[in-house]
Amino acid sequence: MTRITVTVDGDTYTDDVEPRTLLVQYLRENLGKVGTVIGCDTSNCGACTVHLDGRSVKSCNVLAVQADGHEVTTIEGLATDGQLHPMQKAFHENHALQCGYCTPGMIMQAIDILKDHPDPSEQQIREGLEGNLCRCTGYHNIVKAVAAAAKAPGAELASSKVGE
Amino acid sequence: MIPTAFDYVAPESVADALAALADSDDAKVLAGGQSLLPILRMRLNAPDKVVDLGRIAELRGVREDGDAIVIGAMTSYVDLLADPLVAEHAALLKAAIETVADPQIRRRGTIGGALVHADPAGDVGAPVLALDGELVITGSAGERTVAAADFFEDLFTTAVGEDELLTAVRIPKHTGWGAAYEKFVRVAHQWSIVAVAATVRMEGDTIAEARVGLTNMGSTPLRATATEEALAGKQASAEAIAEACAKAADGTNPPSDLNGDGDYRKHLATVFTRRAVLAAAD
Repeated sequence: MTRITVTVDGDTYTDDVEPRTLLVQYLRENLGKVGTVIGCDTSNCGACTVHLDGRSVKSCNVLAVQADGHEVTTIEGLATDGQLHPMQKAFHENHALQCGYCTPGMIMQAIDILKDHPDPSEQQIREGLEGNLCRCTGYHNIVKAVAAAAKAPGAELASSKVGE
Repeated sequence: MIPTAFDYVAPESVADALAALADSDDAKVLAGGQSLLPILRMRLNAPDKVVDLGRIAELRGVREDGDAIVIGAMTSYVDLLADPLVAEHAALLKAAIETVADPQIRRRGTIGGALVHADPAGDVGAPVLALDGELVITGSAGERTVAAADFFEDLFTTAVGEDELLTAVRIPKHTGWGAAYEKFVRVAHQWSIVAVAATVRMEGDTIAEARVGLTNMGSTPLRATATEEALAGKQASAEAIAEACAKAADGTNPPSDLNGDGDYRKHLATVFTRRAVLAAAD
């Protein structure tokens, strides 16, 4: 076992983990953060996307021990005080999901896109979502939601605490 | 699935990493992990120890060294894409890296990890080979430098020994060379079925020199030397380029698989070499 200290969604945790533990397993099984889902076994689908030190990674492709000393934000850390993050709100308002399984990863990656492209073109949104698969093929409204969120203040921030 | 159990060390210096490797018969080196972790998860490999290079600061970054740029092996794709030295002196490398996988993978993946993994369908080997890159390998006896042409030995096999590390990639400056990476895939973020890395030095509308690297046209990245020679000194006309690029697959023995047989790949190589050279010469 290896001792790690990781800040997840603003809270700091210290745990002993097996080195083979994937970050996504640690989030789900040790911390109960089941909002981050596992969609594939190949690192293709992007459903498990979280932010590591503020930028998106596939949490099935990172060991929990690699996150030692770092900061993780999951889909569960976006809303604050019952107020949806602007990106979550945009997904809701634009009906950007069907079955919803890819949604946590889509939203985390969509926020990451806005960090590089505050006013993204449709092409930049589509290329930015290249590593996130939606098997309902609802990409149309997902792209629409990201474009809508880009116009909302604070959509590129890590949480909905806009202006704090 | 999850990996089989292993011991884990995260040394903070190259010397400590080498010591950790020497201490085990069956260790794997973890760079960015974007190829290694899927392999461990699918249990295609079950090392007894994983040596994580992620905490070795000296292995990251790009610097200028005379007529070359030197890239730390642990420099991520995202950092390379943002690096002004890479953009100015190794545009071909940048063009290839833009096509690697997807944004999340490019965030974590490293140039050194990709080169040592040596997947023939990977996108980094061909541009490094075409740019006459040199690989700096460090072991307990010190550093040695291997030309890219001698680095790739076979499928997933390089000149890096069991107890050695790839520590840096040295790319001779190709300042002002036009560059293009043309990659053939059927769906987003698929491995290259065939890809072509082309870079040219123009003098007016004449191609003074050309370098062409091929991805997934054999068990290692290859140079299209017949095409390079045929392009040198030619006017950059569509006809002259097409004629030279018809030789792109000469001497290759590409794999046959579900994505296409060897002859199909040879055809693709000529088409994508022509497109890449046209774009690089534009």
